[in-house]
Amino acid sequence: MVDTSIAARSQQEDVIILRPSRGWGSLNLRDLWVYRELIYFLTWRDLKVRYKQTLLGAAWAILQPFLSMVVFSVFFGGLLRVSSGDIPYPIFSYTALLPWGLFSKALTDAGRSLVINRNVITKVYFPRLIVPLSSVLGGVVDFLIAFLVLIGMMWYFKMVPTTALWTLPFFLILSLVTALGVGLWLSALNVIYRDVGYVLPFLTQFWFYLTPIVYSSSEVPEKWRILYGLNPMVGVVEGFRWALLPGSNPPGPMVAVSTVISMVLLISGTIYFRRMERTFADMV
Amino acid sequence: MNDLAIRVENLGKQYQIGLPQERYRTLRDSLVEFVGAPVRRLRLGRRSDLDNETDRTIWALRDISFEVKRGQVLGVIGRNGAGKSTLLKILSRITEPSEGYAEIHGRVGSLLEVGTGFHPELTGRENISLNGAILGMKRVEIERKFDEIVSFAGVEKFIDTPVKRYSSGMYLRLAFAVAAHLEPEILVVDEVLAVGDAEFQRKCLGKMSAVAQEGRTVLFVSHNMSAILRLTEETLLLDKGQLVLRATTPHAVDHYLASGYSRVGERTWNIDEIPEEAAPFRPISMRLCDESNRVINTARSTEPLTILVEYVLDAPIAGLRVGIYLITTRGEFVFTSFDTDTPQKFEQFGVRPAGHYISRCVVPGDLLNEGRYILGLNASAFRVKRYFHDEQALSFNIDGAGAPGMQWSEPRLGPVRPRLDWQIEHS
Repeated sequence: MVDTSIAARSQQEDVIILRPSRGWGSLNLRDLWVYRELIYFLTWRDLKVRYKQTLLGAAWAILQPFLSMVVFSVFFGGLLRVSSGDIPYPIFSYTALLPWGLFSKALTDAGRSLVINRNVITKVYFPRLIVPLSSVLGGVVDFLIAFLVLIGMMWYFKMVPTTALWTLPFFLILSLVTALGVGLWLSALNVIYRDVGYVLPFLTQFWFYLTPIVYSSSEVPEKWRILYGLNPMVGVVEGFRWALLPGSNPPGPMVAVSTVISMVLLISGTIYFRRMERTFADMV
Repeated sequence: MNDLAIRVENLGKQYQIGLPQERYRTLRDSLVEFVGAPVRRLRLGRRSDLDNETDRTIWALRDISFEVKRGQVLGVIGRNGAGKSTLLKILSRITEPSEGYAEIHGRVGSLLEVGTGFHPELTGRENISLNGAILGMKRVEIERKFDEIVSFAGVEKFIDTPVKRYSSGMYLRLAFAVAAHLEPEILVVDEVLAVGDAEFQRKCLGKMSAVAQEGRTVLFVSHNMSAILRLTEETLLLDKGQLVLRATTPHAVDHYLASGYSRVGERTWNIDEIPEEAAPFRPISMRLCDESNRVINTARSTEPLTILVEYVLDAPIAGLRVGIYLITTRGEFVFTSFDTDTPQKFEQFGVRPAGHYISRCVVPGDLLNEGRYILGLNASAFRVKRYFHDEQALSFNIDGAGAPGMQWSEPRLGPVRPRLDWQIEHS
């Protein structure tokens, strides 16, 4: 938040210089490394609190996507007969719901994170990036728990992943990067404009329909595919299906577009966040 | 050069006023402002626009320059709004300066509040780790000091209980214990001692002076003059964002108390000065009077002086005691006295009904030595609740004229100057 230059002196002491920062400033990622343990502690706190306060605890991580899958299978797969190719509809939608759940949760939590942690932000210094970052990471544990159910479903439907499985971590990271990029924008904006709190539920709902979760992206006309791929979650969801389910189509050039867009979101989000960071304690 | 811990040059911080009330803007406001700005500019012309700009900002701190040597314990005093907290927030990197420059040599630990980031659902053990990490401790460091922290706080039995089940005293002790085991080279402390009961405050002060003796640099902000006097040797006095004085602590405190920064002779409390926890106790005023009931700010050592505390109870309070502390400007307590100290009064006022009260007492003549004193007010129910507490409600002078031993122009040591009945036997 402050233009900090840590210069090594002859006695190797740390000197911190505080002065008004101008322009866009440096990203100062070194500070993030110094405070890496705090990322772990804040993530751990969020998880612990979440599971302590709920009756079913970690079961929610499974119930949420699983119940959505049941509802989608009945309405979209059963009644509306949405095509899922050669893949059974339940596993088709569940595979998409996993990265989507991770993304939407990360987005919502990160967007609200600075405002929720305002009492800490106004009292102690640490790189503010840690706050939305740990909110995003908190969702990974839920994701892993829900993933166990997917393994069970794959066994039930007798689906053996192809060699494309090794790309799965890439798509996982892509969804996290996208969520963090958008989360950084929203969390910084939320400090100044509390409207963001109202926009969030609407935004995730809107985004949900723009992502091939209940339908397949092959339903989208060919000429719109590239434009459609501007939504980075398209690449993530199709990538997940391709990595896990045999018989699904490779995501193709949409992945490249999605990757570029999510990198743009992350970099611009980080820069914007860094720029706004210096006023957080005064504004939040 | 190398014994320098902090150097501050022309530091300033500007805030937009109105922000504390309207804490955040809505998108609509911004849009309206954005759309409306060119129109306004046309209508009002350039100059008034500039005026508008300066009207809406305030310098919470301006042109502050000072240096702190390594190992020095420096106090910072001043009225509310003088810029003390802003200064600490800048030095602890929470907010950045609007102008000027500060240079800090070493790791800074800031303690602007105890228990920052404590989560009520987490256990004592979990909160120690979390709070430690937030304050900047490494995990190994927290693990190493864990037992020490727990025993300092005295919460061994409850360490695996969520802190929401802690009493407020236990909560504070644990929170302070974590903070007290922080080992930065430079410690920045704000008002943390203002919370908690007397016992807790004693413990905090003890730990603070231990820290100071270890040769660490400490910047200590407080409204509590006795704490400032006990812990620091040199003090900065801020007023309206400016550095008014840097002097030895007794001198700075004296200047602060004498120059009307603190009320003399009479102290009244406005509604906004009374914390919510005080309810149903509502202090109105505290006065120092002579025998003919005139408010005075200098009393003679030889004459009795009357202290009146006026207050309202909005609801009955059981076991309430209203009392005073008398403190020297060096921070030594001279005495503490409550209005229900005698067994008769204690029984008569077991439950004090709602209403308007004046508690009055007379401090006998020939008791206090010449010098300046501070009167504190305390309204509490023993072991139940401290309703209201102000350790420097007002200050006054004692004039030594006519006191025993005035034929020698030496200062007499000690806060009391009783007229003792000496017998000299000659054999």
